[in-house]
Parts: sequence; C-alpha cells; structure tokens
Amino acid sequence: MIKSIFTIMAALLLSLTVTAVNATPVDTYEFKSVENQKRALGLAHSLRCPQCQNQNLIDSNSPVAQDLRLEVYEMVDAGKNDAEVIEFMTSRYGDFVLYKPRMEAKTLVLWLGPVGLLIIAFIIGFIFIRKQRIVATEVVEISAEEQSELDKLLKRDDK
Amino acid sequence: MKKLVLFIPLILVMVMGVFLYKGLFLNPQQLESALEGKPIPAFQLERLEDSSEIITNETLIGKVSLLNVWATWCPSCKYEHPYLMRFARQNILPIYGINYRDDRGPAIRELTREGDPYTKNIFDHDGRLGLDLGVYGAPESYLVDHNGIIRYRYAGPIDQRVWSETLLPMIKELQAVAKQEGAS
Repeated sequence: MIKSIFTIMAALLLSLTVTAVNATPVDTYEFKSVENQKRALGLAHSLRCPQCQNQNLIDSNSPVAQDLRLEVYEMVDAGKNDAEVIEFMTSRYGDFVLYKPRMEAKTLVLWLGPVGLLIIAFIIGFIFIRKQRIVATEVVEISAEEQSELDKLLKRDDK
Repeated sequence: MKKLVLFIPLILVMVMGVFLYKGLFLNPQQLESALEGKPIPAFQLERLEDSSEIITNETLIGKVSLLNVWATWCPSCKYEHPYLMRFARQNILPIYGINYRDDRGPAIRELTREGDPYTKNIFDHDGRLGLDLGVYGAPESYLVDHNGIIRYRYAGPIDQRVWSETLLPMIKELQAVAKQEGAS
C-alpha cells in the first residue's frame, strides 16, 4: 500500500518536472487577435531554427530563432497568409527550415519511398506465399501405390 | 530467375547502405544558402565608423567582393581575424564587413586594437541585413560577383585552407568573368 502511494507520488512529481522542461519560453509579443496568435504559433512550430537545427522556432532560445519568431508573429499580424510567411523563410534560409518537406522532384523519394517499399514488400510476400501454397498442394498428391502402402501401415498401427 | 527475387531485399539494403554511408560525410552545420545566385538583398545602413555615411547594396556592385559577417561577441570571428588581415594585405578583392548585432563603441575599439581588414564596415545593429541574408551564426562570408549576385556562402571562420582551397579559386574565376564582361 505504502509502496503504491509512493509510486503515484513519484509519477506525479515526474509529470510535473516534464511539463516544466517542455514549457516554451514566454514571449511578450501581443497579438491583435487570438486567431492570429494560434496561426502564428502553429507556423513557428512548423519552422526549424536554422542555428540549432533540431528545435523549432518556439522551442529554441537562440537569437536567430527569437528574431525569426518575432518576424513570423509580425507577418501574421500584418495579415500575411501562411504561404507568404513560408516563402519569406525559405527564400532566406532554404527548404531546410521546413520540417515537412515540399513535394518536389528532389524530395519525391522521400515522399513516395515508404509507399514504394511497402508495395515491394507486398509483392515479395505475395510471391512467397503463393510459392509455398504450390509446394503444399504438390505434397498432398500421392500415387495409388503409395496410398495402399500407407493404408497398410495405418492398419498395422491399429492392431 | 525465381532465385533472383530473393536478392531484392539484399539489393535494397545495399542501396540504402550507400545512401546512409554518404550521409556520414555531410556536415549538417553547412547549410546550402538559399541566396546563392540571387542579388544581395536591398539595404541602407550606416557605416560603422561614420554614422553619416550610408552604405547601400548599390555600393557593393562593380567589383567582385567578399562580405564578412562579424561581431565582437563572436569567438570564431577572433580566430578568423588574423587570416582576414593577411588576405586584406594581399589586396585581392575588397572585403566588406557586416558588423552584426553589435554595438558601435566596442566594435570600433576592437578594430583599432586588432587591425581593420575591411574596406568598409556595414553597421547592422538590429540584424536586419543578416536576416535578409539568411545568416544563422557568425562568422559567415558571402562571395559577391561584380553584378552584386551572391555566388557562394561560407559559414564558419575562414582560415588559410578555406581561403586557398575554396575561396581563392572562385574569386579568380569570378574576377576573370568580370574582366571579360568589362572588356567586351
């Protein structure tokens, strides 16, 4: 009993610390509207910080990320649409800043690769299963001679 | 023929292996610049040493030049500085400094103390030009041709090796093109 209470306490404490770590740096930027704020935060979440590379613009505390974050907020508040904001970012920092790569000739492998591999896997699996079925049916076919011999053996067993 | 089908997984793994092996030698810090092949972004900024002098993107057109992003808060820039001094003395091309997110006083003091390799210094206090150039750290250097088109971006400190192996051949090539176009 005491042990289980202790476990629950530990889990609670752990969840608290985890949320504390995940808390994003508070920005003092004031948006014109709640919708703008939602859209801007969503955009900033989908853009990668060019300096720290494995964080998005919200999570990163580097000066470049702060600048770019502010830039995104201001552009959204100025009434720019998502495509314009993304164009602004990629024209400076390249496609690298997009967490979700665009569908282009050079990213086609990235987009279609998994589907292609899955199809290949299905084809190979299909061939394998069919082959085994053919082998299985072949085994069942035995001649009349073998059958009579088998019957004899089975009868002997019965005795 | 049927046996060949069994080799498909092996071939796939080998192809993937080649790609992953190649990936080992890519440097994720070395981002491709989105601006290569594009003109220098338009700007109008004060000269670091003299706030009354305005430098614009037009100032940089006409000669092959090197744009070097630097700041006093940047340790790698200090490493790079003696090399820049050496290249500046060779007088191969004008080197323009972009004093990035820095303060005027300390920046000028640093240049008087350590020497000034720059033809002119652009004072980019709020980092706006840096943002337009796609700067994500310092130092970064941009090779600009005589038409004001960015031809190459090098992220990180330039030293003797980068200079002689990468930059100098490109500079020579660009200068040859500039001469040709100037002559014809």
